[in-house]
Amino acid sequence: MTTDMHAPMDMDTPLLTAESLTKFYGARLGCRDIGFELFPGEVLAVVGESGSGKSTLLKLLSGQLEPSGGRVLYRMRDGVTRDILALSEAERRFLFRTDWGFVHQHAELGLRMGVSAGANVGERLMAVGWRHYGRIREEAESWLERVEIDPSRIDDRPTAYSGGMRQRLQIARNLVTAPRLVFMDEPTGGLDVSVQARLLDLVRGLVADLGLAAIVVTHDLAVARLLSHRILVMKDGRAIETGLTDQVLDDPREPYTQLLVSSILQP
Amino acid sequence: MTSHPTASGYNFAYLDEQTKRMIRRAILKAIAIPGYQVPFASREMPMPYGWGTGGVQVTAAILGPDDRLKVIDQGADDTTNAVSIRKFFEKTAGVATTTHTAEATVIQTRHRIPEKTLGPDQVLVYQVPIPEPLRFLEPRETETRVMHALEDYGLMHVKLYEDIARHGHIATTYAYPVKVEDRYVMDPSPTPKFDNPKMNDCAALQLFGAGREKRIYALPPHTKVVSLDFEDHPFEPTKFDHACGLCGATHTYLDEVITDDAGGRMFVCSDTDHCEERRAEGHRGDLLGEAPAEIAGAAE
Amino acid sequence: MTAPLLDIRDLAKTFTMHLQDGLVIPVVSGVSLTVQPGECVVLGGPSGAGKSSILKMIYGNYRADSGAIRVAAEDGETVDVASAAPRRVLALRRTTIGYVSQFLRVIPRVPALAVVAEAATAFGIDRDDAERRARDLLTLLNVPERLWSLPPATFSGGEQQRVNIARGFIADHPILLLDEPTASLDARNRAAVVELIETKKRAGTAIVGIFHDDDVRERVASRIVDVTRFAAAAA
Repeated sequence: MTTDMHAPMDMDTPLLTAESLTKFYGARLGCRDIGFELFPGEVLAVVGESGSGKSTLLKLLSGQLEPSGGRVLYRMRDGVTRDILALSEAERRFLFRTDWGFVHQHAELGLRMGVSAGANVGERLMAVGWRHYGRIREEAESWLERVEIDPSRIDDRPTAYSGGMRQRLQIARNLVTAPRLVFMDEPTGGLDVSVQARLLDLVRGLVADLGLAAIVVTHDLAVARLLSHRILVMKDGRAIETGLTDQVLDDPREPYTQLLVSSILQP
Repeated sequence: MTSHPTASGYNFAYLDEQTKRMIRRAILKAIAIPGYQVPFASREMPMPYGWGTGGVQVTAAILGPDDRLKVIDQGADDTTNAVSIRKFFEKTAGVATTTHTAEATVIQTRHRIPEKTLGPDQVLVYQVPIPEPLRFLEPRETETRVMHALEDYGLMHVKLYEDIARHGHIATTYAYPVKVEDRYVMDPSPTPKFDNPKMNDCAALQLFGAGREKRIYALPPHTKVVSLDFEDHPFEPTKFDHACGLCGATHTYLDEVITDDAGGRMFVCSDTDHCEERRAEGHRGDLLGEAPAEIAGAAE
Repeated sequence: MTAPLLDIRDLAKTFTMHLQDGLVIPVVSGVSLTVQPGECVVLGGPSGAGKSSILKMIYGNYRADSGAIRVAAEDGETVDVASAAPRRVLALRRTTIGYVSQFLRVIPRVPALAVVAEAATAFGIDRDDAERRARDLLTLLNVPERLWSLPPATFSGGEQQRVNIARGFIADHPILLLDEPTASLDARNRAAVVELIETKKRAGTAIVGIFHDDDVRERVASRIVDVTRFAAAAA
């Protein structure tokens, strides 16, 4: 049994809808009243400095945190839109290993460091029922190539990989089941600048080729500029400005966004 | 068959009746949900963990005065561990003991399943060191329990994948994971995979006790037990190139035994009772005449 | 008279500089103009008059404070860029509005030929046709063939500019915005760009352009709109 990875997609219905998402940690505000629609193939960047609520938002959107108010709707592969909080744990896990990806800033959190690269990429396939070693390995090899890792290193553990390679491996591990939505948390954080450029270029190409929708949390406006179609600027837990990425970065309206844009080297 | 006087001052089979009742409840639940690990309040036993405290507690809970107990370790009745446990129940329960598989009503084992096919009137009790098959890749107990609950078993195949990637074949030879009744993945630890097929559709009740880990699980009679594998790397029980040096058997699990300090060695059945029985029936292995008495055993 | 492809009504734009105590810089106001198929409207006026801001508003890169930018979209509907949802604007950029600046946003590691062809495949032109068009354009713009397989990051400024022009002209967007594409080109390449613009006009493309050099302006303009009259009216 393999899952159908190429169900037809309705491009004009939102894939994910956030409605007035609010999160309080006790009395402290995580984020407040965030709402947007994400369509298939769209990349949304969530930018803001640390503490602005962007990581909270990412956790709410991916169902890893329960909101204090509001809800997240997701259109499943069968076309039915569901409230992700109403999903059972089994459904949520299934979503996470088929139709969703999650790329962590620290690759170690998204990889199994104790098993080979091939097993890391193959795990999702085995989880959805692939039972042919040769085919799993072939698929893993082709994904390693796609993320520019020499397939001859398929049996190495990620502990033997560089930071950039680990991040690329994490991406391959996530994309192998052809998810429609990928969450990325500071995907280039902690990498050298030259390594960052290569990774961004790779991600940009994969997102375009696969028609992925993505929500990318980053404090780096250059990452947002390169990867995203739309941008959501967060400050103190609120979305203060949103729009086309180049519009918000080239013609920022809010004082904070102007400060953000003016305080970096031109991306 | 022998019967033994009970040592005074002990309750029947050492454990108090409340504890036995608690363990029986866990066993009943385990039987009701084949392959599911039921937590139980494992007691301190008068032997160290790793010496079969889980199996001993299960045996103590199910033993009755009319039972005949057999205890084996690595298939043999005469190893230290097997002898100690047998003596323990002789002393505390006064039950009859035996080394003959066919005569036993309760068989406690570490590692092996007897070669002789078990029947509906028998119970096989396994001593289990690590009951959790997912632990190899997921150390968090909270997470492995959720994985069992959700039948989230991709990880098991990750383990087998790693085996093939590293060794060219599934190199796991014992504690080889099985799926029970198409539902729970179970670790037959530390039974050799040679014995995995015997677990399937077995007429006897199979109980597993892990003392240190405080878990009991079970396979009711005639349960479907399938060893995990890949389509292109199917499960294969261990095969031996040799026949038993003593009884000439070719379809039994063999132990390699060093016979001298000059490199001499031989292969003999690990199931001593089965081997002796075959020899009594007249089967003879190549080395039967030459084997030292310590190996050939009492039958010679 | 055919319907205009682009119809701008009473467009206004100011910049509020919050980092400079909320200083309000008026850019343009009362901008109204229409562009017919096959027409090349050149925006005139001194630098700082808001020519480039108008182009960027049409492309959706700058936001308009008020007014409308009505574009005949490929699906037959009229879309107001000034108020359209972001994804509608993105769709317009893919299917309807092309934009050529003088600067190439360099994509690392992608060879020049692919950089150019990609703009055509993104528009929906098949791969073979896209590559053929890319070769023709790079030849016309005198980019040496030995460079085609190399990433433009290493090219000279002039070479990068010509790769960018090829990229901007390869697709068949019904509306084309040209932001000083001929700046700092030599006479031969300027002539090549003029030829490209004439071809687009003949094909019915509606063009709005800014050209700093009078010679090119005179040759391509269907008419010239002096932007200072919009700037003067700004509050």
